[in-house]
Amino acid sequence: MTTRDTDWDGVRLHVVTGKGGTGKTTVAGALALALAARGRRVLLMEVEGRQGIAQLFDVPPLPYAERKVAVGLGTAADEGGDVFALVADPESALLEYLEMFYNLRHAGTALTKLGVMDFATTIAPGLRDVLLTGKAAEAVRRKNVRNDGSRGRHYGAVVMDAPATGRIGRFLNVSAELSDLARVGPVRGHADTVQSVISSPETVVHFVTVLEEMPVQETLDGIAELRALGGIRAGGIIVNMARPVELPANQLEAAADGQLDTDQLALELKAAGLDDSPSLAVALAAELSDQARTALAQRALEQRLRAEGQPCYELPWVTGGMDLAGLYRLAVALREQRAA
Amino acid sequence: MADSSTPPLLDIDRLISDRRTRIIVCCGSGGVGKTTAAAAIGLRAAEHGRRVVVLTVDPARRLAQSMGLTSLDNTPRLVHGVGADVSSGSDQEGNGAAPGGSLHAMMLDMKRTFDEIVEAHADPDRAAQILANPFYQSLSSSFAGTQEYMAMEKLGQLRRADEWDLIVVDTPPSRSALDFLDAPQRLARFLDGRLIRLLTGPAKVGGRAYLRMINAGFGMVTGILTKVLGTQMLKDVQTFVSALDTMFGGFRERADYTYQLLRAPGTAFLVIASPEPDALREASYFVERLGEERMPLAGLILNKVLRPAARLSAARSMAAAEVLQSAAQQPAAQSNSVAIAALRWHADRMQQVTAQRRIAEHFTAAHPLVPVAEIPAQPDDVHDLDGLRRIGSAFGQA
Repeated sequence: MTTRDTDWDGVRLHVVTGKGGTGKTTVAGALALALAARGRRVLLMEVEGRQGIAQLFDVPPLPYAERKVAVGLGTAADEGGDVFALVADPESALLEYLEMFYNLRHAGTALTKLGVMDFATTIAPGLRDVLLTGKAAEAVRRKNVRNDGSRGRHYGAVVMDAPATGRIGRFLNVSAELSDLARVGPVRGHADTVQSVISSPETVVHFVTVLEEMPVQETLDGIAELRALGGIRAGGIIVNMARPVELPANQLEAAADGQLDTDQLALELKAAGLDDSPSLAVALAAELSDQARTALAQRALEQRLRAEGQPCYELPWVTGGMDLAGLYRLAVALREQRAA
Repeated sequence: MADSSTPPLLDIDRLISDRRTRIIVCCGSGGVGKTTAAAAIGLRAAEHGRRVVVLTVDPARRLAQSMGLTSLDNTPRLVHGVGADVSSGSDQEGNGAAPGGSLHAMMLDMKRTFDEIVEAHADPDRAAQILANPFYQSLSSSFAGTQEYMAMEKLGQLRRADEWDLIVVDTPPSRSALDFLDAPQRLARFLDGRLIRLLTGPAKVGGRAYLRMINAGFGMVTGILTKVLGTQMLKDVQTFVSALDTMFGGFRERADYTYQLLRAPGTAFLVIASPEPDALREASYFVERLGEERMPLAGLILNKVLRPAARLSAARSMAAAEVLQSAAQQPAAQSNSVAIAALRWHADRMQQVTAQRRIAEHFTAAHPLVPVAEIPAQPDDVHDLDGLRRIGSAFGQA
């Protein structure tokens, strides 16, 4: 069997960001399903405590623990691997960190009660971020012993449903964010380790957008921000909820200008057996005109996105609301476009 | 009992014409068109004769430009071409505006707002010390709740300034609609908290017996914090905290003031949502939360509602498209491509309309008494005053 050649071979951490309302969590879920091929285990991680993954996969609210939520998208040739989900919160991540590195679990619990956690993450938001990205880095680096005794990565890939685009640079640039606050010391050392994972070629940041002005602008700003930071790789641009225009290209501009031949349209509607075709034609032409204007605006936005030179993917609008079947459809679309 | 699928109508024109309405808070999850709705409401109110200021947090560039906002300068700017400004020599067409109205708009600069509070509450030396501290800079520019806190602080300031008779607030684009209610309290509680006092040194906390206990606690806390944060960082934190010490009361007071303002008569909350499951779920939480807090909810604005012009069901539309499609495959057939595209598009929209209606009905079933107003979906992004007026005119059809 040949190795699939995707745009992101070798990437272990897929960070998915996007403006609110663009379907970031949905796309992260679909990407996890698409990545879980050939028995590959994938971790889908959520960091903002919204329980978006639980809603997406229609399971009860998830704890701070890695739970299997789905089986990845299989093919005729092989079965999909397991998709695990984790809802990471800074407090639990800190407790785990204290236990792992200092064997301080009980003290940590006591500190939580005293509000230390609240304090630490409030006074230095960078600290909260480094705990969350640190958890992702730990999952990426985690090794286990395979059946044949060799050691390998526990997860084939980790997909992070990350904070919104406006905050992504700050969120990922943990080391710099903390550098003013913690010049030396254990936190600094931890941040540097995490940063080395995030800034490695094993990590990319995908941007989810819809073809509307503000999300597109934020995507462009976000990519520019990552490039300016240096070291953190921008990944794909995923245009979500796309609705293709069925109108022939030569009619699009006419329709946008309201120049459609409604008499001709009325004749055609009549031929299709519809009553009251003249007034129906006017109404349908008006709808089509709105669509054409939207489509032209979207085309311009799409060109701006493509000009960035990042791989672009398009996910269709799923009619009737998002459910598991719709999610697998999106996973198929991602795989067909070599995003996974 | 009323039909559970038809909610009471939210009359926004009445709300904005009522001079007793002094503050309108627009809230909702991200991506629902909150900022645009807030701007449209502000504009319409100004054209109903109100002196309005719209406080926005993060507007789309073109929307900001349409209101003459070019920078985050934290100062209300007069929007030209609105209300009284029209009669004083603008080239705008008359728009039937009531006399005396005006529209100001401002973008929030959260860091500057925070700086101003510090300057107002601390003597110059201490203020300078705080402003220069790395922890302060981190807190004032990136704490997840700072934006919300500062938006509420600014609202309080605008209200006290008393230059406007209506303030429309666009809440920050939080991950959740509830954030802006909680964040100010959270920040105030934090800055006011016992832990922060603990860090400033046990001597400040109280009596002697208590002191011993606290000392033990303090030792443990600082011990662990030193392990995790390192000595230097802990020392910086302590410096920062003791510099802020004088301001604790001030923060709490200000947060309380704004909270009371939000509950006062004259304040109206509008929850904005698009007819999508996530947005309406957030809207539902918000409505429930406002009820718990006894905050005055005026109603729900459903934005981006599809209203196809043609009266033709999805099924009939699809069927007609199929008839034309098979006819097109006959030899020497006419090209029916425009009709097919129009019918398919219409069918697609009608399915969306059904989906939107179902989602809206779910909301109304859970909250039958919440009045609802709708804003039709716009084919283009709104980027000028006329676009805002078009949205506002939807309120007039109530």
